[in-house]
Amino acid sequence: MKAVLEVRNLHFRYADGTPALNGIDFTLAEGETVALLGANGSGKTTFLMHLNGLLTGEGSIQVCGMAMEKPNLRAIRAKIGMVFQDSESQLFMPTVLDDVMFGPLNQGRSAAEAAKRGRAALETVGMAHAAGRAPYHLSAGEKKRVAIAGILAMDPEILVLDEPTTFLDPPGQRALADLLVRLPQAKILVTHDARFAQALSHRAVFFQSGKIVAEGSVEELARRFAWDLEMEGAR
Amino acid sequence: MQPALLDRWSRQASILHRRDPRAKIAAALVFLVVVATAQPALLPVSAGLFLFLCAGLVVARLPLGGALLRAGIVLPFTLTFAAICWMAGDPWRGVSLILKSYLSALAVLLMVSTTPLPGLLRGFERIGAPRFLLMVSQFLYRYLFVITEQAQHMSKAAACRGGMRFRAAAGALAVLFARSYSQAEDIHRAMLSRGFEGRFHGPEDTRFRAADALFAAAACCAPLLLRLVIERVAA
Ligand SMILES: Nc1ncnc2c1ncn2[C@@H]1O[C@H](COP(=O)(O)OP(=O)(O)OP(=O)(O)O)[C@@H](O)[C@H]1O
Ligand SMILES: [Mg+2]
Repeated sequence: MKAVLEVRNLHFRYADGTPALNGIDFTLAEGETVALLGANGSGKTTFLMHLNGLLTGEGSIQVCGMAMEKPNLRAIRAKIGMVFQDSESQLFMPTVLDDVMFGPLNQGRSAAEAAKRGRAALETVGMAHAAGRAPYHLSAGEKKRVAIAGILAMDPEILVLDEPTTFLDPPGQRALADLLVRLPQAKILVTHDARFAQALSHRAVFFQSGKIVAEGSVEELARRFAWDLEMEGAR
Repeated sequence: MQPALLDRWSRQASILHRRDPRAKIAAALVFLVVVATAQPALLPVSAGLFLFLCAGLVVARLPLGGALLRAGIVLPFTLTFAAICWMAGDPWRGVSLILKSYLSALAVLLMVSTTPLPGLLRGFERIGAPRFLLMVSQFLYRYLFVITEQAQHMSKAAACRGGMRFRAAAGALAVLFARSYSQAEDIHRAMLSRGFEGRFHGPEDTRFRAADALFAAAACCAPLLLRLVIERVAA
């Protein structure tokens, strides 16, 4: 299997001195879905932000064969679609269609082409009917779908989702899982929901204090770190 | 003023909405100069210019009452200055201040609510306004949506808990800014992730057609002629 993402010995410290990543090694294969589990503050979000150059630590990161360097940043951001936990911040344009067109327009596509891609992506996530609406009037589940459409419109090879089920009710979570299963891209999924992770992932890794301390199936890790996962659930 | 409402207005269809932004910018600038420099027969001149703008609102198919009311947003500020003029023994100057500021606000409102903001800013860019200034305006506009929504959430939450007194309101305002700031950072990150490189891609650039030239000529001359004629008649 071809690796679409390779991270070697990644270290990162926040400006205030917090050591957030302490030597991460991670590989993602084409079409593979990996769940990132781990307690609050274990460094999952920090790790994700390195994958498209929002943060820069020490170590090496390769995305689809490209090293994480300034000249490659544009191409890398086209390959990695990042869906943030808070959809409010991800949807910043006045209408849903404007929002999903934002990425393709930045990629230099014409307005007509961007609109076409935007509409197709909205179709994929089942939100085509909302194209003309204001994003901030949508429900949490609808917002998440539109945020995903905004990423899909850019035609990425890797989807990165940070706690996508937050704010979603159980039917919303199921609908999201159904959608994600249908998408062919390789995925990295940060979640505190072991069952959601289980339904979607081929394997899982467990973060602790900025390190990956275990790797295996979601069931194995959930059993091994049962205490932690239950704690997360209770929060 | 609710930015969402202006945005909705600006996306309606009418003869005025279809004009090239540059034509409307030119017309608005000329109007502002005509208003600002009006001196003799100020009352009838103001009335004439007011009717001229009302005609514009009607042609643009905007709700007349709603627009007139919203242009009044400047009044609290100018009323203060007018009161100072009045107390200083120059009431006429106060009246002139109120009339001029209201007419200016109404003219700008007419321009803004017939031109979607991305197109308007692109228009300014194409006639040579500094890029940096436009960038700031674009961000302000984006964040305005976020901030007004935050404010609405908070005022609803406050209403549920029995309203807000002044001190609570001041505290809430502080929280609003802090939240907006952190959300602005999140938004910026989301924008970078979707390939944002410092320039918003608005609609395709419009061509400046004969109809636009005709409109610009008419809309620039009309207020000037109106003022000259009324001044002559009144004299
Ligand atoms: N901007 C920041 N400045 C300083 N420290 C930070 C910053 N953001 C995060 N941290 C710290 O870095 C560590 C890792 O945080 P991170 O957000 O990556 O964890 P996480 O695994 O995503 O947690 P959660 O499950 O709560 O989302 C934490 O100790 C956190 O307090
Ligand atoms: Mg996190």
